[in-house]
Amino acid sequence: MAVLSYAQAARLALKQEMERDATVWALGEDLGPEGGVSGQYLGLQQIFGKHRIVDTPISESTIMGAAIGAAICGTRPVVELRYADFGICAADEIVNQAAKVRYMLGGQVRVPAVIRQPIGMRDGMAAQHSQSTEAWWIHIPGLVVVAPATPADNHALLKSAIRCDDPVIYMEHKELWAVTGEVDETAAPTLIGRAAVRRQGSDVTIVTWSSMVSICVAAAGKLAAKGREVEVIDLRTLWPWDRDAVFTSVAKTGRLLVVHQAVRVGGFGGEIVAEVSEHMFGSLKTAPRRLAAPRTPVPFSEPLETLCRVGEDQIVKTVLEMTG
Amino acid sequence: MFVTMLLIRAFDEVAGQARRDGKLRGSVHEYIGEEAIATGVCSNLLTTDYISSYHRGHGHCIAKGADPVAMMKELYGKAGGVCGGKGGSMHVADFALGILGANGVVADGVTIAVGAAQAVKLRGENRIVVAFFGDGALNRGPLLEALNWARVYDLPVLFVCEDNIYSDKTRTASVTGGPGIVARAAAFGLPYESIDGNDVLAVDAAAARLVADVRAGRGPMFLHARTYRWRGHLAWDEGRYRDAAEVELRTADDSIARAEAWLVAQGARAEALAIDRREASARIHAAVIEAEAAPWPPMEALFTDVQDMGAPSWQS
Repeated sequence: MAVLSYAQAARLALKQEMERDATVWALGEDLGPEGGVSGQYLGLQQIFGKHRIVDTPISESTIMGAAIGAAICGTRPVVELRYADFGICAADEIVNQAAKVRYMLGGQVRVPAVIRQPIGMRDGMAAQHSQSTEAWWIHIPGLVVVAPATPADNHALLKSAIRCDDPVIYMEHKELWAVTGEVDETAAPTLIGRAAVRRQGSDVTIVTWSSMVSICVAAAGKLAAKGREVEVIDLRTLWPWDRDAVFTSVAKTGRLLVVHQAVRVGGFGGEIVAEVSEHMFGSLKTAPRRLAAPRTPVPFSEPLETLCRVGEDQIVKTVLEMTG
Repeated sequence: MFVTMLLIRAFDEVAGQARRDGKLRGSVHEYIGEEAIATGVCSNLLTTDYISSYHRGHGHCIAKGADPVAMMKELYGKAGGVCGGKGGSMHVADFALGILGANGVVADGVTIAVGAAQAVKLRGENRIVVAFFGDGALNRGPLLEALNWARVYDLPVLFVCEDNIYSDKTRTASVTGGPGIVARAAAFGLPYESIDGNDVLAVDAAAARLVADVRAGRGPMFLHARTYRWRGHLAWDEGRYRDAAEVELRTADDSIARAEAWLVAQGARAEALAIDRREASARIHAAVIEAEAAPWPPMEALFTDVQDMGAPSWQS
């Protein structure tokens, strides 16, 4: 066990996978001397060389397109797109090529690429550097979508993503880079599609992921003081998502609240609520609820940005309403 | 090469007519008139070399050795198609022959090609990659990115621009700024040749030089092949936006007739060439009969080869 930051944990995972498999390589802007936007590649170019940690021009379409070409020709590229907002610049290549090549070509080939594009609000980065776009990718058949919340998961899940034969949209959260936690450096890759129960409880099930996990756990602590026992499920993987874990918990609590930082309208919370409502209507004691961002661009000004964030108090208030 | 050109023409004559007759669904982009380019370039490639193609891709696949029967089955959406009937005309591919696929998005095959070349370099393989694309693709950003990319990393790629002077239904010149196609290649530092793409010997000779350079590790090269698209953009497009005199003049310059004349001048017997023509036509017509008789894909194919993790089912 070591105490590592979320960024250091990801760096360790990539380093271990590159040592293990000579076909693993990474490409993106500023990976070499700068070590990536948040140091998640620090020092790796010195270890593995410029041909395996590749500094690229600001050419998102070709960063992604080249990764696809390299993935179908026997390598495992890790693509760094810096911000989910710039993942949109590569959306054609991700949606029309990476997600479909295997299917369109009748299974002749797979696209084992990891597509890193960090999400979320951080420190006043404003409308073009703060979006949480996970629902866009979950909608696309062919893609796997992962959103780790802890350093340990960013280590074990990145390893899994690199070994996965499907294209994996890997969404770290910008506000988590410096968060530290215990990481088992020898941990086996975490199974994609398995949630983690971060706190057990019998009154309400909160389903969440990424940076909202710690906020939900903190809110659950406050609610315990008010006599409400909340179960917090960190999905970790959004496609495939762990329906069994969610259904098992809701069967116990009879109440579902989904919390995410992405915009509420068309967000993935709607899908989770719909699935639970369709399949478990008889088990529900109250209407499922969602807490998420309003349907606005993320504003720059701090008090305005704060209005877009789901806070602990909002979660506490909602759970109290749900439990009467 | 003569027989390959005949096969390509027969394939697209028949496929285009099948589409117009309603026997096929979807898009069919005929390569008629441009056969010399795929033929002349691919005659210089090894089976292990990669090609990436685009929507007008039947010719590239045939020239790289794809089976016309499996291709025709693919166009018919049948089991036994090169992609199991799940791709269709715009996605014909055969990885066993290094055909990375035709592509339905203009220029996307080119970014895939430079990535394939990066994999070749990373793995230390002795392959090269050819990216085929049309003149219309040179106005898409990803293609300009890919030209730069290939130069920056000195990748073993031959870019082949098939300049048929139309971007879909628009004259490319009317929507293109600057001094032209090869100037764009030059701007990225790519050595280039510009040739008559209807002269298969010229294509073959230029490709031989450029392929040798790429294979020798001299980095990316660019071939500009001037040609003409005899038909509309798609099988059902009659191309009425084109001047009739232009069509008459340009289609008179037939790459196959030129190749035939050259062969006769070299002493080939006219009867032997006529047999070649009949055999190519018969082979493609037999492919159609086989494709029409082939079974549909099994219904469970809907769900196969989407993804391993979170694979779909009727419920999700």
